[in-house]
Amino acid sequence: MLETAFFNLFAGLCILSGIGVVLSRNTMHSVMFLILCFFNASGLFFLLDAEFLGIILILIYVGAVMVLFMFVIMMLEVNVAKLREGITQYLPLGGMIAVILLVEFVAAASSGVFADGAMATAAHLGQEVNNTKQIGQVLYTKYLLGFEIAAIILLVALIGSIVLTLRGRKDAKYQNMTAQVKVRREDRVRKVSM
Amino acid sequence: MSITDMAIQAGIWALEILAIAAPVALSVAYITYFERRIIGWVQVRQGCNRVGPAGLLQPLADGLKLFLKETIIPARANKILFVAAPLLSLVPALIAFAVVPFGETSLFGIWEKPHIMAISNLNVGLLYVMAISSLSIYGVLMAGWASNSKYPIVGSIRSTCQMISYEISMGFGLVTVMMLAGSLNLADIVHAQAGGILHWYMIPLFPMLIVFFISGCAETGRTPFDLTETEELVSGYHTEYSGMWFATFSLAEYGAMILISLLTSILFLGGWYAPIPALDVIPGTVWLLGKTAFLIFVFIWFRATFPRYRYDQMMRLGWKIFLPWTLGWIFVIGLFIYTPGLDGIINFWLAWR
Amino acid sequence: MLKRAFKTWFLWELLIGLSVTGRYLFKKKITVLYPEEKTPLSPRFRGLHALRRYESGEERCIACKLCEVVCPATAIWIESEERDDGSRRTTRYDIDFSKCIYCGFCQEACPVDAIVETQEFEYACEQRDGLYYTKDMLLANGDRLEKQIAANLAADARYS
Repeated sequence: MLETAFFNLFAGLCILSGIGVVLSRNTMHSVMFLILCFFNASGLFFLLDAEFLGIILILIYVGAVMVLFMFVIMMLEVNVAKLREGITQYLPLGGMIAVILLVEFVAAASSGVFADGAMATAAHLGQEVNNTKQIGQVLYTKYLLGFEIAAIILLVALIGSIVLTLRGRKDAKYQNMTAQVKVRREDRVRKVSM
Repeated sequence: MSITDMAIQAGIWALEILAIAAPVALSVAYITYFERRIIGWVQVRQGCNRVGPAGLLQPLADGLKLFLKETIIPARANKILFVAAPLLSLVPALIAFAVVPFGETSLFGIWEKPHIMAISNLNVGLLYVMAISSLSIYGVLMAGWASNSKYPIVGSIRSTCQMISYEISMGFGLVTVMMLAGSLNLADIVHAQAGGILHWYMIPLFPMLIVFFISGCAETGRTPFDLTETEELVSGYHTEYSGMWFATFSLAEYGAMILISLLTSILFLGGWYAPIPALDVIPGTVWLLGKTAFLIFVFIWFRATFPRYRYDQMMRLGWKIFLPWTLGWIFVIGLFIYTPGLDGIINFWLAWR
Repeated sequence: MLKRAFKTWFLWELLIGLSVTGRYLFKKKITVLYPEEKTPLSPRFRGLHALRRYESGEERCIACKLCEVVCPATAIWIESEERDDGSRRTTRYDIDFSKCIYCGFCQEACPVDAIVETQEFEYACEQRDGLYYTKDMLLANGDRLEKQIAANLAADARYS
């Protein structure tokens, strides 16, 4: 019962904050709503005993990705009036997508998958089951190849982004910090006998 | 589960939260007092000694003063986020304490098995702490942006860059601890260090201890790394804040300082175990809090000693020195664990083999 | 070379810095705890003003107004009249201490050592009116602090 209450709380807040992301005029508020949405999603993961996934969702999406989002948005100057100019132009396409999605959702909901008896109501696992360990074991044995390929793609993307943005400016003055740090008194100060 | 059971459970939770939040808030107040006295002593001064006996009521007087001051919200600021920002930085600093184990007790022999003294003995406790402490960036970022003023935004961007950079080396430092302990549960990590000072992780992971603690300094924005609140930036992201909202920021800073000290003593200094097993008759919580208090003293000692880093030097330290060191140490530990012959040395600290 | 590497990686210089501050932590503190302890004052200390009297009880001031003239802050205001016995005396001798800069010129200008500056410096008050001293108040100061003033003048006599 407590679990249902928490589920409703997290799911409801998730949807509300999702609506908030779309509807709020201030982009900064949108980002904050998105963060709230992620939090509630991670709460849902916790309810499913998947605490590793829940924590990772916060650690990566909220802790790293959204910070970068926020950086970008802080730097942008968003003109709300200009954004609203083309609304009539995009309305038919957007509306069509929304209608299709709605039909799909209704069809899926009424197909019987979510019927009372059909849902798996698994009992909760004890604390001795450590899903971090389980995920790790699966990831490094069964799905090792996929995992490694993903890692290499990410590494390539990382290096690529650095290479693309790095421009060695020859005309700029900069300080050689290693030399600065390495300097000792003997290098600079000389005793002169008078 | 009936309604009464739920009410009882909620009451127990509330008591547990109160039992940790109230001492944390109180110790934050008194850390400000000890900071002022210790820095005073280092500078051959007395420090605050006027309010109450030996100045012990000073934090209360400060609190009262800040409470009575007017909270000014700039006219062009984004009001919602301006008010929310201090809370966004305080809340992560406090909820991270939820998984910190403060010791182990059998309640004078009433319980057969000793219980861990933590609100939640989470299996992914270490990741939880990392995740939560990475959230405190939002408070800083929001404060800078919502103030709608140039110095706060420069300060907040600096501060965010600093936090992100040092979080990485901090996280990698923690990976070495996980490799030795084979667990993400903070209580299990402490259990893995049982049996005297030689078993503590500060011996095999000494460079990581240094890196973790210094990164912690940077993460909380304490003095060699307090360049977010330099004079040239008119005190950085909280320039526009006053009164209680300003106090909330410093509350968060000191809360984070306590957390880093607690974590360092749990992860590297053997948690609630005594340096010599014979001394374990003294309750573990006393040992843990003693170690934490010493580390907080070291924080203050650093502040009294070191001048501030230049911004590019700080970035160099984070990315070019700490990061390669932590990555290298992960490699070294891995090498020791899986090389036949070398694993004899590391087996002494390896809890899971 | 090896020594330098050792010093770098073991943070040797930082440790030296920490040891210095660590030593100073236990040094004797040099703070003077003001209300309980006070620093010694010179006889020439220039504090609150006072008007002196002769031993007979006659006030020294002869209303020559030299102090009023010399005062760079125009803090002194004197009005004088002939007294019944024919001598010239002040009817008003006010010093506004919110203007006074404690330069001591009035004391130097005075031909009869009537206006002097004492070692009194704890006369802070919460309202500006409290810093406006009339003749009676200055005379009272003189009566109260005569011993101290005389001693200080005697101590300083051979230099002036």
